[in-house]
Amino acid sequence: MRLALRETVLAFRRAPLLSVLGVTTIAFSLFAFGLFSLVALNIRTALRNVEEKVEVRAFLADNAPGDSVAKLMEELGQRKDVQRVEYIDAQQALERARAEMGEFKDVFEAGFLPASLDIRLRDGFRDPKAVLVVADYVRTMSYVEDVRYGADWIEKLYRIRNIAAATGVVLGIAFAAVAIIIISASIRMTVLARSREIGIMRLVGATDAFVRRPFLLDGFAKGVLGGMLALVFTWAAHTIVSKNFLQTDFFPASLAAVGVAAGAFLGTAVSAFSVRRHLKRLH
Amino acid sequence: MIRFANVYKEYPRTGMALNDVSFQVARGEFAFLTGPSGSGKSTILKLVYMDEMPTRGAVWVGGTKAPGARRSAIPQLRRKLGVVFQDFRLLDDRTVEQNVAFALEVVDTPREKIGSKVSRLLTRVGLASKATNYPRELSGGEQQRVAIARALVNDPFVLIADEPTGNLDDRATRGVFQLLKDINTSGTAVIMATHNLELVRRNEFRVLEVNRGQLVFDSSEGLRHPDARTPEANVPGQAL
Repeated sequence: MRLALRETVLAFRRAPLLSVLGVTTIAFSLFAFGLFSLVALNIRTALRNVEEKVEVRAFLADNAPGDSVAKLMEELGQRKDVQRVEYIDAQQALERARAEMGEFKDVFEAGFLPASLDIRLRDGFRDPKAVLVVADYVRTMSYVEDVRYGADWIEKLYRIRNIAAATGVVLGIAFAAVAIIIISASIRMTVLARSREIGIMRLVGATDAFVRRPFLLDGFAKGVLGGMLALVFTWAAHTIVSKNFLQTDFFPASLAAVGVAAGAFLGTAVSAFSVRRHLKRLH
Repeated sequence: MIRFANVYKEYPRTGMALNDVSFQVARGEFAFLTGPSGSGKSTILKLVYMDEMPTRGAVWVGGTKAPGARRSAIPQLRRKLGVVFQDFRLLDDRTVEQNVAFALEVVDTPREKIGSKVSRLLTRVGLASKATNYPRELSGGEQQRVAIARALVNDPFVLIADEPTGNLDDRATRGVFQLLKDINTSGTAVIMATHNLELVRRNEFRVLEVNRGQLVFDSSEGLRHPDARTPEANVPGQAL
């Protein structure tokens, strides 16, 4: 193992240009993937914020007694698709409408709007079908006069969400594939550049596992360095965008660590594959 | 020690390289392998150090049989062989002693033994004073001596030399050949592929001649193949 470690360090020192090229290639491939992931993450966060606003509003009859309303709230609160239920009386409804309508706030008069139950839905039950199920259920309840949930708006939101998700998956796979191809080519270059060394090692009786070890370490080191560099680049891009254009979220620490680990895994796996292919060719 | 039994070797693209080749080399023997370019000399040597496997027939080298040897047995076999080539195959970015030490390191030799063994081997091949030089700073003959030192690190029972003097001038050729003879004298068998018929003619060692993939002459058995000609090389003469 010590020899493998020494050979890895020596390989970096003996061919610094090739090593730097390898690390930067990995870094830029992962940077492109990282940027894409950051955009996807922020789109997802934005859509999630909007999704959280999906709710079913049940307008109550003016004569609905307080204990009946409390029973309705309890019954709804026990449903697995309901996150919380909030009672909005006529006065609160008026204030909310005035606040939402801005310059047209004067068109609303006191007692114009009925009291309502605002039903927030749990994550996973905010799609058009699930919302309709809740709305249909609420509609059958006593003292409920009308139910609104912005059917068109939810349809549009979910269409956008699905397009974003599908585009994300396709582009994500494409970016990942490009990163893997570029990293493979870069590491393969390292293996080919040292093919003479591999030949000599095998000639003097080194086992395949022994030959593989320094290359796996080399791929691992390049993957870690490339992954960390990509993380720095992505963070810099995020900072520039956040300061100058719009506030965006960055990866949580766990996801950033997964990114670097992915670089390390990719570097090691591609090295293993390249050396394996090379060794097979030599046999 | 080394035995070829009705060995055929066929490459998918270039066709038949060896055609029914059978011979044996005993422990401590010195054998020349001669024949024109493309006749199959290098293929025979590759079969000995098991870089290639026979298409048909069998090869035994020191108790390891091909085909049939486990993949893991091949590195173990190579630790008991030494191989040198016409192009030396040294690592240009390492010094002479590092090149020799490398062969010991890859077979997990304890560090404390490496230094003394390298120094002993370099003295044996006459390069003790060039231990810290890089291959590019050496002559062709000296580079081949480094390659020989590297081939000897594991005290092989046979040294396989594929045109070891092919890139050398007469003086260097004499020096390297003398070294091979000394190695043989100390008990290591040597199989040397060469084009240098003068060298073969002047030394009374066994000659195996291949032509178009067939063993056409074996000096230990006399003429074997109907198409074979007695090589000029087989005339014993004055040793170099």
